[in-house]
Amino acid sequence: MKRPLVVILVAVALALSTAAFAIDPLPFRSTAQRERFQHLTSELRCMVCQDESLLASNADFAKQLRRQIFDMMQQGKSDEQIKDWLVARYSTFILYDPPLAPSTLALWFGTPAILLSGGLVVVVLLRRRTRPAGSIAEDPGDDW
Amino acid sequence: MNPELGQVALILALLLSALQCLLPIIGAWRGSKPLMATAPTLAIGQAVFVALAFGILMWSFWINDFSVAYVAQNSNLSLPWFYKLSAVWGAHEGSLLLWMLILNGWTVAMVALGGKLPQAFFSRVIGVLGFVAFGFLLYMITTSNPFLRLFPVPPNGADLNPVLQDPGLVFHPPTLYMGYVGFSVAFAFAIASLLGGELKSTWVRWARPWTNVAWGFLTLGIVAGSAWAYYELGWGGWWFWDPVENASFMPWLIGAALIHAQAITDKRDGLRAWTLLLSIFAFAFSLLGTFLVRSGLLTSVHAFAFAPARGLFILVYLAVVVGGSLLLYAMRAPKVTGGKSFALASRETMMLVGNLMLTVACAMVLLGTLYPLVGEALDIGRISVGPPYFGPLFLLLMTPLVLALPFGPLSRWGKADLKVWRNALIRIVALAVAAGIIGFVLGARGWYQLLGITAAVWVMAGVVLFAIKRWREAPRGKRYPFEMLGMMLAHFGVGVFIAGAILTRSMSVEQDVGMKPGASVEVGAYDFHFNGVAETQGPNYRAQQGTVVITRNGKHVVTLHPQKRTYAGGQVQTEAAIQAGVFRDLYVSLGDSIGNGAWSLRVYDKPFVRWIWGGGALMMLGGFAVVLDKRFRLRRAVDPETARATPEPEARPKLAEGEA
Amino acid sequence: MNEVARKPAARFVPLVVFAALVAFFVVGLVWNQTHDARFVPSPLIDKPAPAFRLPKLDRPTEFVTKADMLGKPYLLNVFASWCFACGDEHPVLMAYRDKFGIPLIGYDYKDAPKDARAWLQRHGDPYHEVVTDQSGDTALDFGVYGAPETYLIDAKGIIRYKHIGPLTPDVIAKELEPKIHALEQEGS
Repeated sequence: MKRPLVVILVAVALALSTAAFAIDPLPFRSTAQRERFQHLTSELRCMVCQDESLLASNADFAKQLRRQIFDMMQQGKSDEQIKDWLVARYSTFILYDPPLAPSTLALWFGTPAILLSGGLVVVVLLRRRTRPAGSIAEDPGDDW
Repeated sequence: MNPELGQVALILALLLSALQCLLPIIGAWRGSKPLMATAPTLAIGQAVFVALAFGILMWSFWINDFSVAYVAQNSNLSLPWFYKLSAVWGAHEGSLLLWMLILNGWTVAMVALGGKLPQAFFSRVIGVLGFVAFGFLLYMITTSNPFLRLFPVPPNGADLNPVLQDPGLVFHPPTLYMGYVGFSVAFAFAIASLLGGELKSTWVRWARPWTNVAWGFLTLGIVAGSAWAYYELGWGGWWFWDPVENASFMPWLIGAALIHAQAITDKRDGLRAWTLLLSIFAFAFSLLGTFLVRSGLLTSVHAFAFAPARGLFILVYLAVVVGGSLLLYAMRAPKVTGGKSFALASRETMMLVGNLMLTVACAMVLLGTLYPLVGEALDIGRISVGPPYFGPLFLLLMTPLVLALPFGPLSRWGKADLKVWRNALIRIVALAVAAGIIGFVLGARGWYQLLGITAAVWVMAGVVLFAIKRWREAPRGKRYPFEMLGMMLAHFGVGVFIAGAILTRSMSVEQDVGMKPGASVEVGAYDFHFNGVAETQGPNYRAQQGTVVITRNGKHVVTLHPQKRTYAGGQVQTEAAIQAGVFRDLYVSLGDSIGNGAWSLRVYDKPFVRWIWGGGALMMLGGFAVVLDKRFRLRRAVDPETARATPEPEARPKLAEGEA
Repeated sequence: MNEVARKPAARFVPLVVFAALVAFFVVGLVWNQTHDARFVPSPLIDKPAPAFRLPKLDRPTEFVTKADMLGKPYLLNVFASWCFACGDEHPVLMAYRDKFGIPLIGYDYKDAPKDARAWLQRHGDPYHEVVTDQSGDTALDFGVYGAPETYLIDAKGIIRYKHIGPLTPDVIAKELEPKIHALEQEGS
């Protein structure tokens, strides 16, 4: 297989794609709409140059999707409707905010679980090691 | 000079590193003074050869020796000299060599400054560092040789990636690696103490200055990288939770936890096992970062081009080093929880809370960074995890830490002093709420922004109150020892950072506009007037340069010249023009010609963005300041007990020694 | 005082967690060798293909619609004259066009028709029919994000399979042909 060559080409393409970023003047109706657009597209992943957001990417694909999202906003579609439209075509991979699903349970509940078990260890430690103030010997010298 | 000499130097360094690993550790095991005495010589010998190899590679760049494949790929005749030299670490092979050079720098510093440590302990430390070096040298020689020749010799090089042609390349990788590799010293101390079976934790005091310096450098490296991304990648962001950014952030979080755990172990003799574990983790996460960036496992804007063998090698290395260390830990870690008891409302408790939150935050980042791989490996669909996951969770996890932060310094070791807490709490709450109200009067809106101001003042007020308390209570001349000064700087830096991060996010205005020459656009309180585009010529690029005059209420503020450069190799790179200020940055970058003489431009008004890096710089200074403290000046045989107090157990587990 | 003996088992926890992590990385490295991370499975598999109405490349006034294509399975191959990898794929399509046993429809993606015609003239035309989508709007409905891409659509207009990236003899033998055979079985 010609895999190494493909890899090099991809690397080159990536390097080129990061060199110039997106500047894309769109005729927003209001500041609020512009900010909504910027927020929404910053949380969407560009499918072509995969580690950039739709907002930042200069790929042709990203430009087209930005137009599409802009048009949908003009039609009065909500952020949720726009996301659903995108997910139906590109899968949830396009969302930087992975929705709660069986496959993301461990992602969303992993951190609370770790926090809980860590907190438990700390509580046990505190219970074992803390003493009421009176029973602790005064430390001589500078308390630092 | 002949590039093959560089290769020979690397091979010699590899041999020396093997000896540096074996002889001193065997010497310490057998109690053989002559064997232990080889440690400094071997370490310096290895450093000389690595420095030679580095010098030869740099020389090859300097004289444009395109017969060296690495030079041909990453340099060019017209590249300015300072980029030629920093191009040495512009790609995978050379950056590994830089890594090695820095590791040797740390080792030589250890040799120079650690002479007063007990000889057996010192020998083990040097031996462990030798093992770390051995793995990396073997990796370079077998999979990533920077001295490979190219035939036929091309007349000119392919050029350094334009993104890297920036002062950022000069500073970011060296400082970042100073941090990553610096954690190898704390790691070596921990392993040495496990190998030696020390029961006392005196080693922790010796390790503390090294950890603080390494963490300071890592902070600087991350700050430099963030600032670089801000003006070079052009989207005006300063942090994207990109896998590679996360790879540098995880050891930073662990390092911050380690610094505090070390303080507890040093002063109260508590958390011995935890300090050992964190010492291992800090370096393990540095290695993990290297693995993730260079294995091609994660897609990232910053990742190196990869080859499968490289990923596999680092994984095996990671498994041996970290797995071996953790095995050693499991078998040898202190079997008793020691240390002085403490009251619930004491400094220990506050620091435990901080440690918990920092470690859990690191676990959260790890989970989010690796989770896309879970989706792939289990074939349950591809998953993206990005800023909307990391940002809010990080904020949530840091909230208890930020709340507790002022009360760590204000409480006492061991004892509860509720009166101090109550007084401090009243003042801090009053100041933070007042700041929130002032912010509101000045026009701050939205809970996010107001909470940000409150939180920043909360932290900063805590530091100021502490400073006042010390001023009143401690005798002149003993008020602010360097260790404390470091803490105050770093904690104040946290406050400054919070203000910067939150205010920038909530107050920035960014706009993409299409403008014809003569047109204006209003962004925030500023008027951006576009005066058209002209051609200019750089040393190795042509550029289209825009002129944008910025005024406020009709008064001239600044004239900016954003560029769009086309390099010799045809790559296009945008150079934003930035008017940096303490309270705001004005930022313009030039896009494309969009017909009829009009151009697309991106303009930003970014308030308080410098505070993000300013806060980071304060944290770095804090890390550095600690080193100057008298507490860390070594006296010969600090504690005779530790030096040779614990006779080596006769039935030493062979496995443990073998792992080292 | 207060020196509590710790359970030794707890001290193996970090090692065990780390071992699991390493095992996971091994799986990741293997996955990386066998997959291309840029290719994201389409959610449209086993869903009706989007409705389309696209002009033919050689007769721009005539249109092909989804309804026209119902009744028998076909392959839809997204290509463009500007697409680098499509050049790699092209000889494979030339060799296999008659072996698929079903029509191969070319989908010219975001391309000037005259460029596409010149490209096909120079390299040869493997397609039974070529439709053009100059704006790329219909391609959005298909979830196209890079060329080449290949869709297998059945007689009822359902997308049964999608391949992203150039088709290779290996992919055709292992993935595409079994899918086509399965469709033929269903049909008969």
